[in-house]
Amino acid sequence: MNTPKKNKKPKKELTVEQRVTRRNFISFGVFAVLAGGAYEGWRWLYKSPDEVAGTTGGAHKPLRRALNKTELFFRRVFSDNHLVKTYPKSMAAKRVRVNSDIGIEAGKKFDPAAWKLQVIKKPGDVLQVTLDDLKKLPKTEIVFDFKCVEGWDQIQHWGGVKFSDFISHYGLTDQAKMQYVGMETPDKGYYIGLDMPSAMHPQTILAYEVNDKPLPLEHGAPLRLIVTVKYGIKNLKRIGAISFSNTRPRDYWAEQGYDYYSGL
Amino acid sequence: MKAIKEKHSLAMRWCHWVNFPILTIMIWSGMLIYWANDEYSVTIFGHRFFRFFPDWFYNTLKIPHRLAEGMAFHFLFMWFFTLNGVLYVLYTIISGEWRELAPKRNSFREAWQVLMHDLHIRKMAPPQNKYNAAQRIAYTAIILMGIGSVVTGLAVYKPVQFYYLVWLCGGYHFARILHFALTLGYVFFFVIHVVQVILAGWKNFSPVISGFEVVNESPKPVTHIKHEHAEEK
Repeated sequence: MNTPKKNKKPKKELTVEQRVTRRNFISFGVFAVLAGGAYEGWRWLYKSPDEVAGTTGGAHKPLRRALNKTELFFRRVFSDNHLVKTYPKSMAAKRVRVNSDIGIEAGKKFDPAAWKLQVIKKPGDVLQVTLDDLKKLPKTEIVFDFKCVEGWDQIQHWGGVKFSDFISHYGLTDQAKMQYVGMETPDKGYYIGLDMPSAMHPQTILAYEVNDKPLPLEHGAPLRLIVTVKYGIKNLKRIGAISFSNTRPRDYWAEQGYDYYSGL
Repeated sequence: MKAIKEKHSLAMRWCHWVNFPILTIMIWSGMLIYWANDEYSVTIFGHRFFRFFPDWFYNTLKIPHRLAEGMAFHFLFMWFFTLNGVLYVLYTIISGEWRELAPKRNSFREAWQVLMHDLHIRKMAPPQNKYNAAQRIAYTAIILMGIGSVVTGLAVYKPVQFYYLVWLCGGYHFARILHFALTLGYVFFFVIHVVQVILAGWKNFSPVISGFEVVNESPKPVTHIKHEHAEEK
């Protein structure tokens, strides 16, 4: 207000050199600030502490958040109508790859003949099912490309009871309204959590056969999970107990930094 | 007389420089993932010439035993990579800049001439506007590669939900190979790109940050200016 004169003074036009210097100063300055910011942002993320160990663990806290948000997005894409590609039996591998024995180690005492599946309908209410009981249900077979989180895949042939058939046969429809299924090996050494839509997917089976023969021990005898919409890490071998809950059941690999959902 | 001439739009510069660190992170985290099943090699008639990757390479970059971490980074930055790419493509279409970028009918012939000129085999450089024929092909190819990475990536990431993408990519197994090969393509692009930028010098590089270049303008009719520019190049 006090210096109207100064404002009225016609501005001297900048020379080309002055404009070049000015624009370079601004643009390179902004570039340097943004680059520095990006670098600091990266350092923050890279050095960010791990999440507090719980149902999930072992991942940088912000990255775990991102994994969980990404899960929400891709759950919207999930559909029972999206089926894994199936192949003719002749294409199935004769030597089915064995990648892990956590929870079913050869040295462990285990008698398949004495095994019964423990279905925990609710705390204190346990249904026991034998293999012969399961074999009375309609058999579902699938030949599909089994995919490991490590990156390999193999066409394999499995046979057993469709999980949704199992649910309806044993009157577990109330349990199936819950959000998650949990499964554990008899020794509780390996355990997985499965979102209900993936468990009820028409291609999810409780398998007792591979290549038309009873499961060998290393493939999870007497009963294992084959869930085609998940990586191998969720395909638990030697199912000891099945439970239901509305919160995420504990999951072996999710505790070690892997995505809880791990959906395909 | 010297004058300021606008060269690269803010949108192009933004997408370019945002993409650089994101793609670097995607390649790095991709290697953390690939390590867990590093089965690819260059094998001709049963003789293995090169393995992706040698142990010294893994150890130098501290890659082994970081699969879970690699996946967590990869599946976060995939969003930014895709978003930035979509913005860039939308921008070039809406602004009309694609006309400077898309190869023309004679681009493939001219690109050969550019190559011969760059290798000092041919003296005369073919005429160019903003980008020469080789650049048009390279900068369009890199966008197609980016789209390819997103498509093959989705096919490997959710092969059941996006079964049609898996089919498009020739199966799950082949999609993973393509995804890997495209990454090698980026590294190849990067090496050539940086060498070319260094050879072209500061006057060429500066506008990618500032957006403008300084040109000598003489008070002549427009048609003559164009002619003079062609000679300068």
